[in-house]
Amino acid sequence: MENVSFPYLSLVTFAPLVGAAILLFMNRENQTAMRWVALITMLADLAISLFAYAAFDSTSATMQLRESHVWVREWGISYKMGIDGISLFLILLTTLLGPIVILASWEDIRLRVKEFLVCLLVLQTGMIGVFVALDVFLFYVFWEVMLIPMYLLIGVWGNPARKLYAAIKFVLYTIVGSLLMLVAILTLYYMAGNATGTYTFDLLKLYEFPVPLQAQFWMFLAFFLAFAIKVPMFPFHTWLPDAHTEAPTVGSVVLAAVLLKMGTYGFVRYAIPLFPNAAVDAAWWVCLLAVIGIIYGAWVAMVQDDVKRLVAFSSVSHLGFVMLGMFAFTTQGVQGSILQMINHGLSTGALFLIVGMIYERRHTRLISEFGGLSKVMPLFAIFFMIVTLSSIGLPGLNGFIGEFLILLGAFRVYPWYAVIAASGVIFAAVYMLWMFQRVMFGQVTNAKNLGLKDMSSREVAVLLPIVVFIVWIGVYPNTFLQPMEPAVKNFIRQVETKRTAILSLEKAKKEAVADPASSVKLTASWPTSRQSGGEKQEAR
Amino acid sequence: MNAVQLFALTPLIVLSASSVVLMLLIAFSRRHVTVAFMTAAGLLATFLCLPAVYPDLPQQVTPLIVLDGYAVFFIGLTLAAAFALVLISYPYLQNRPGRPEEYYLLLLLASLGAAVVAASSHFAAFYIGLEILSVSLYAMIAYERWSLMRLEAGVKYLILAAVSSAFLLFGIALIYAQFGSMEFSAIAARAAEGGITALVGSAMVLVGVGFKLALAPFHMWTADVYEGAPPPVTAYIATVSKGAVFALLLRYVNQYDVLASPQVLLVLTAVAVASMVVGNLLALMQNNVKRILAYSSIAHLGYLLVALVAGGALALTVVSYYLVAYFVTTIAAFGVIAVLSTSERDAAPIDDYRGLAWRRPWLAGVFTAMLLSLAGIPLTAGFIGKFYVVASGVSSALWLLVATLAITSVIGLFYYLRLVAAMFEQVETHATAAREEPVGSFAATAVLAVLTLLLVVLGAYPAPFIRLIAATVSF
Repeated sequence: MENVSFPYLSLVTFAPLVGAAILLFMNRENQTAMRWVALITMLADLAISLFAYAAFDSTSATMQLRESHVWVREWGISYKMGIDGISLFLILLTTLLGPIVILASWEDIRLRVKEFLVCLLVLQTGMIGVFVALDVFLFYVFWEVMLIPMYLLIGVWGNPARKLYAAIKFVLYTIVGSLLMLVAILTLYYMAGNATGTYTFDLLKLYEFPVPLQAQFWMFLAFFLAFAIKVPMFPFHTWLPDAHTEAPTVGSVVLAAVLLKMGTYGFVRYAIPLFPNAAVDAAWWVCLLAVIGIIYGAWVAMVQDDVKRLVAFSSVSHLGFVMLGMFAFTTQGVQGSILQMINHGLSTGALFLIVGMIYERRHTRLISEFGGLSKVMPLFAIFFMIVTLSSIGLPGLNGFIGEFLILLGAFRVYPWYAVIAASGVIFAAVYMLWMFQRVMFGQVTNAKNLGLKDMSSREVAVLLPIVVFIVWIGVYPNTFLQPMEPAVKNFIRQVETKRTAILSLEKAKKEAVADPASSVKLTASWPTSRQSGGEKQEAR
Repeated sequence: MNAVQLFALTPLIVLSASSVVLMLLIAFSRRHVTVAFMTAAGLLATFLCLPAVYPDLPQQVTPLIVLDGYAVFFIGLTLAAAFALVLISYPYLQNRPGRPEEYYLLLLLASLGAAVVAASSHFAAFYIGLEILSVSLYAMIAYERWSLMRLEAGVKYLILAAVSSAFLLFGIALIYAQFGSMEFSAIAARAAEGGITALVGSAMVLVGVGFKLALAPFHMWTADVYEGAPPPVTAYIATVSKGAVFALLLRYVNQYDVLASPQVLLVLTAVAVASMVVGNLLALMQNNVKRILAYSSIAHLGYLLVALVAGGALALTVVSYYLVAYFVTTIAAFGVIAVLSTSERDAAPIDDYRGLAWRRPWLAGVFTAMLLSLAGIPLTAGFIGKFYVVASGVSSALWLLVATLAITSVIGLFYYLRLVAAMFEQVETHATAAREEPVGSFAATAVLAVLTLLLVVLGAYPAPFIRLIAATVSF
């Protein structure tokens, strides 16, 4: 056993599950009690994650708070968890949103409250599990398990008209990618096992295995599909607007704030470090897709007449930034990309909460139905304004820091992409401010809007913590950037060293092939992925 | 045959004896509960013989039967499945008109047939076992002979099973004509000779086996028979009958290195791809839960074929594990159908399941778990099974099969999710009130609870079970 610590991570991961188990045996008539149990569970989870944060050494780049237990010895599967500066803040984001989401659903969801809360808690476990897993098998289990509660959240509590369509579309899109990823994981498992003699799903051990170039291409492709669908990158994004529009408010919040991050996190933790050569070779194309996503998402957001759909398409645009920064492979770019994941979680999460608040009052989300709300709901207008500006990337708020770092990082490698992406920031200002203007300013044209109540204290409690962090990151980002830095630098170094190591290895191989004596052994070392089923005998 | 060999045969002897005892018992007492209890006791007694004989194995008993760890494992699986189905059948038959006692007799005989098939090392034993199994099944399907639907299903199964038996028999005859033997080992020893007669014979045997396993393109009967038969019997056909035949196929393929021949490999690959594609695509268009499960079973047998084609030492463990997962899942799924069926009709239309999660949350929970297992979602036995199959496919670099499996699984997920969605749908209360809701019985509830627990344990912590398989399953 390696240095195993107090099981913070297991506690963070499974505390919501305990709450779900308690809920299962509660009387379904007593809704308020169930909500309190869920809220307290989420708060406890947040507290545990803060303890984990306190125990985290922010100067070190290694995986910390590790836990490791044998799970299935025969297959080399272990229950292995650990975090570094990259996953730390994603976990904190998830646990921060936990209680917020429960509070936000307090009055919104009145039907089947028990099942709803159970779904949310199970989902929380699955999402945190994805961020803490250091075993590929464990990761895959969490990755898939969290599909089911999300499916139910959309499919049961969603918008009646098209909820099933949206829910099934969400699951099918995700599963296409993840099944291909499963095949790639197993290929990697056997390839590494055949070469080294130890068959393991341990991510840190798999990091050390140099994957042959051609195999890297195919495996990266499979991982790329799985994660790109989740992110979602253009052109795999079409499930997102549907899922967001049909999901209940808190479903959208969780989906935007955390679930999408699982895709980007997957790139940082799995796809890129495992297959560095393929990732670097593909970077130009990935960045191209990212830039297309930035512009396309912004343009489509501009013409939406439904606020929620507008926010959904803005996600496509924002996540394009995240991907651009990551695939620039510079310290600023990657750091900005990870910070932007958090930023997007906060501001888009808040935007969906705000949209939910209007929807609860008016039961419509059409921009044309509103106008002049700032006169009726001044407090609401303040919150909405801050969040909108954060989403646009106004200096002094969080969005600016992330986008600035990303553009800085990307400019050094792909100046043209950075220039085009920067125009995405302007488009973002256009669609967000235009929407804000139409909804909040001007005269109250619709009589129904006259009697709207301003935010209740519960709603303030929902948005306030998010706004605090929006300002905090904007004013003093070092609290967040500093713990990230060692891990990010380590990530870039790791990618670079492994990439060059594999390149020289391949070069040595090519020279060996030129020398016929040793060529037989090397070509037979692994069947290339291009073979199809019928040609099995060669493989044997 | 010496005493040790005879002793090795104890499980089969006890199972046959229990059938006779049961028959005599029915002559004297027609109490349903006694008969069901005796059946369960007979199955349990046979099961308990297995660990007793295990230390002396493997034993070749006459040229016909071989009892090795592999056979014991599949006999044990058959018995466990039959035991669970007795407990599910009891409340089901209790609710329905007619005399239920002989049903149990047929169930015991069918299990005997399946056990013989799993342990056969000779075409004669295989054929006899298969016929015991099939003939019992004809009667079990059409047991409620006043129901037209049951009769239709029974006759369909009779005719198609008879045709497939004819193929099988003709194939065996051709093989015998060339090699002068029906022992698997003797045939395998001379298989390298080739020859058109034996090739045609093997093809015909494969057709026969394909019928029994409902592999595409021999799958036509499946949906109709699944739909027409009583749910416990459908579960029996889906699990025990197919499991035994698949066990034999694996024994034959693996022990005698049939995969060395490229033609066989090509045919098996084609059949596997066809089964996965056809099963999953046709299931999309169904509105009847039993038919959906029928097509899904075609696809699942296709997945199993992937592991079989991958071959090697891994195939034994993979197929054993997958079959156990498939047995648990299928029996529980049909168990839910049986529990929901009323005295008038089976709960087959998808409409019967709308809103089930709100009316009977635990039952819906069990069914959801089973569907997710069939779809291969983690933390269920089905996931480990699928994971294992993909692993064996990848380790043998069968990219075509693995890709087909991955893509068709996505299609599969769609129709499983449709069922889940139906269960979680909001329905008007008057629509549900129109239908009488049957009450669950203790026996069926207990079986479902145990199977669900097993499903999760096998899915979350498979290590001990994998060790058990690795220790037992060998030739």
